[in-house]
Amino acid sequence: MDWLYMHMPIAGVDIFWPGLVLIGYSVGVIGGFFGMGGAWMVTPGLNILGFPMAFAIGTDIAHIAGKSMISTMRHSKFGNVDYRLGFIMLIGTMAGIELGAQIVMALERIGRIGPVVRWVYVVFLALIAFMVFFDYYKAVKNRNKSDDPSHTGATGGVNWAPALHKINLPPMMHFRVANITCSVWLPIAVSFVTGVLAGFLGIGGGLLRMPALIYFIGAPTHVAVGTDLFEVMISGLYGAFTYSLKGRIELVAVFVMLCGAAIGAQIGTVATKYAQGYGIRVVFGCAVLACMISIILKQYGITTAATVIILGAITVICIYIMVIMFRGAANELREKKAASNGAKA
Amino acid sequence: MVKKLAVGSLVTALSCLLPAWAWAGGGAATELVVVADTRALSGFNFYLATLYNQDMWIFATWAVVITSALGVSLGLLMDLIMSHVGLDLGKSAGHVEH
Repeated sequence: MDWLYMHMPIAGVDIFWPGLVLIGYSVGVIGGFFGMGGAWMVTPGLNILGFPMAFAIGTDIAHIAGKSMISTMRHSKFGNVDYRLGFIMLIGTMAGIELGAQIVMALERIGRIGPVVRWVYVVFLALIAFMVFFDYYKAVKNRNKSDDPSHTGATGGVNWAPALHKINLPPMMHFRVANITCSVWLPIAVSFVTGVLAGFLGIGGGLLRMPALIYFIGAPTHVAVGTDLFEVMISGLYGAFTYSLKGRIELVAVFVMLCGAAIGAQIGTVATKYAQGYGIRVVFGCAVLACMISIILKQYGITTAATVIILGAITVICIYIMVIMFRGAANELREKKAASNGAKA
Repeated sequence: MVKKLAVGSLVTALSCLLPAWAWAGGGAATELVVVADTRALSGFNFYLATLYNQDMWIFATWAVVITSALGVSLGLLMDLIMSHVGLDLGKSAGHVEH
């Protein structure tokens, strides 16, 4: 069974390469389908497959950079990126990533990196799962209320941006595309916090940065999405650079995962066209929980079960999304054929 | 509600970062240097490992350049394939992924 293992030249470990392809592919499918990154599963997944933790983080962050290039280019084309805001945020993002990476290296030096990163991941994934299930609960509640004729249908969100814009800490700056004026320290602070998390966990940080751009900075949603992607790309590239300098990156694994992600992203994106209902979010939440459980198992040395759970969960969710895509595409083709037959008749 | 959310966010952020700060506060230790073993390597793996051992700055620059180039070329290639199939994702402003 040696052929199932690929040698990683820098880390010096032999890795089960189908697992690597599966992780890359799944990140593409899940990222493409849900519109949010799958980086949260890469670092734990790589660690469970056998990568030392620092290598898993460095490899994840580099893979995110490659994956976000095309998405950023698309959004840039549509004018959704506020470059002034993006460049200001880079100060905080890069400083944050460097701090995150330095914490990782410090933890590695004292031999505590594995457990600390795993437990931080457990907290982080619990938070994501809570957000997903709470979101689903709210959607179900709103749907039930909308059946009630006395319900107006209005929904309220917490928006701190107007209050934060009143902080008159110079220099103040106007961001034309986002159409906001605020102290430059506000975006720098937001990007610094998300940067530390990105550098420490090896994620893009968009899961936190995008809501922060909307609710703290006050950017319109489409500008928040585009500018966030710009940050993800730059933070990924800077992360790749700094982790390479620290010697904690495995480029071969990055390339293998990028190939899988490129194909998976297209399938995930096409599947969104045919997906119906809000229940799919529950599936996503379950995948997050499965990832969390596998990290806990890995922490207690139950590596085989951890591997089976994480690879099994992402396989199931990928198959589920692919079934949605193929079934939807087949229906569409059938309808088109019936329509053309009807026209001929 | 706002207060609850603020406290919740603060607790979450601290719970994420505190373990790291706490452990990072351990005693000073020397940097762990990883040296790639090139003896059993060949081809691209040998090139990467040698570059890594000889000049970390060039290796880091290459890592960024190759990752970006591969990301863009794979993305464009897949867009091209999908547009041939009849699905031009490049024309959709609504989709986003991180």
